[in-house]
Amino acid sequence: MAVAEMPAAREEEMGPTANIRVTVNGAPRSATVETRTLLVHFLRENLGLTGTHIGCDTTNCGACAVLLDGKAVKSCTVLAVQADRREVRTVESLETDGKLHPVQEGFIEEHGLQCGFCTPGMMMSAVALLQKNPRPTEEQIRRAISGNLCRCTGYVNIVKAIQYASSKMKAGPSGGRRA
Amino acid sequence: MIPPRFEYFAPATIDEAIQILDRFEGEAKVLAGGQSLLPVMKLRLAEPRALVDINRIPNLAFIREDAKSLRIGATTRTNDLNDSDLIHKRYPILSDAAYEIADPLVRNMGTVGGNVSHGDPANDLPACMIALGAIFHLRGPKGNRAIPAPEFYQDTFVTALAPNELLHEIEIPKAKAGQGNAYVKLEKRVGDFPIVGIAANLLIGSKGVIQAAGLALTAVGPTVLKAVEAERHLVGKAPDEAAFARASEIAKGIANPTSDLRGPAEYKKAMVGVLTRRALHRAADRARGGA
Repeated sequence: MAVAEMPAAREEEMGPTANIRVTVNGAPRSATVETRTLLVHFLRENLGLTGTHIGCDTTNCGACAVLLDGKAVKSCTVLAVQADRREVRTVESLETDGKLHPVQEGFIEEHGLQCGFCTPGMMMSAVALLQKNPRPTEEQIRRAISGNLCRCTGYVNIVKAIQYASSKMKAGPSGGRRA
Repeated sequence: MIPPRFEYFAPATIDEAIQILDRFEGEAKVLAGGQSLLPVMKLRLAEPRALVDINRIPNLAFIREDAKSLRIGATTRTNDLNDSDLIHKRYPILSDAAYEIADPLVRNMGTVGGNVSHGDPANDLPACMIALGAIFHLRGPKGNRAIPAPEFYQDTFVTALAPNELLHEIEIPKAKAGQGNAYVKLEKRVGDFPIVGIAANLLIGSKGVIQAAGLALTAVGPTVLKAVEAERHLVGKAPDEAAFARASEIAKGIANPTSDLRGPAEYKKAMVGVLTRRALHRAADRARGGA
């Protein structure tokens, strides 16, 4: 029903707007958005950064997780105007110079995904955790991803993927694979 | 889902925020973390004409202890309670609760001020604030008001906060030697609302007798409930199983839960008894210097 209504809604006149300036993945971006625009829609529709997924749209699943000033948040429950003059990091920022982030590598090596829908949010929660706590225990990992739902793998391999990244990051950029 | 349209304001001072709230005569809402407000707006359960974003007001996020009190600013994030050594060491009831509110992502946005002023009887911090004897500092067009936490909660989603007032600071009596507290929560899974939550705060004197007690119940009534009779029973008693068992029976008596997906009313009531005893024991252990 919501989908069918979308074209009509778009033809309507815009409501109140605001000008925002947001640093997204290191680059300054500015836009005029409706005040009611959610951060996830700003990222996906205004900026074309579709790596951030919309899952439940009700603050439950965490597929839309991004980092706002370094902290993982659910971008379906943050207004774009709340990100004004702040820094957002999305999953697109993880790969640098053609090299995967250790967390991305971990998800591949440990088979941390099946359908992949939850993966961007899962990885952003993992990145936030490892920034704060580079050597988390399994309990701390499970706690850190407790706001991210996966309906395929049952979390075991996701936890392993994050443990892989933790070892890899400790070993440093030239460090080898975990035994 | 996209929220309904609204005018957006990001004032730089508390007074400016209050002026805007006042101008909209009850049709503006304060936006703090937005973790309750945005979901209800998306569901069209609330359609405010304007949002007043208080996150741009400087010096509204703080946790500090002075000679008399612990003071927490309205836009302090729930996870800030978790990350604070001061809170862990001296006010562990708040880190107990903060550790289990919603999930880690929601806690990065959700604020202490929002949690206590929303008026949801299933929110965890109100019971902690009642047990700790907190005072809420509000400011409106006519000036400042200070309201003790128990008087703040009037009915489900109804509080003493006027539409043109802002709850800007929470003041908690400074922790004393011999004080211990705990929040114990039963939930089906992370992120769900509690089935039952119990906040307990005890002050045990040098002779090993309870000098003061604070006890409050989450999610078993139209508002958070202060267990006044149970508190009264505890004062003057030794902090032992007999006193705690009796207090939990009294607390059970005031619980008035409803049957829902989280369990039948009888079960929830029984859990009030179990959790009250656990919370009191943990509070007493901590008062004696344990974890």
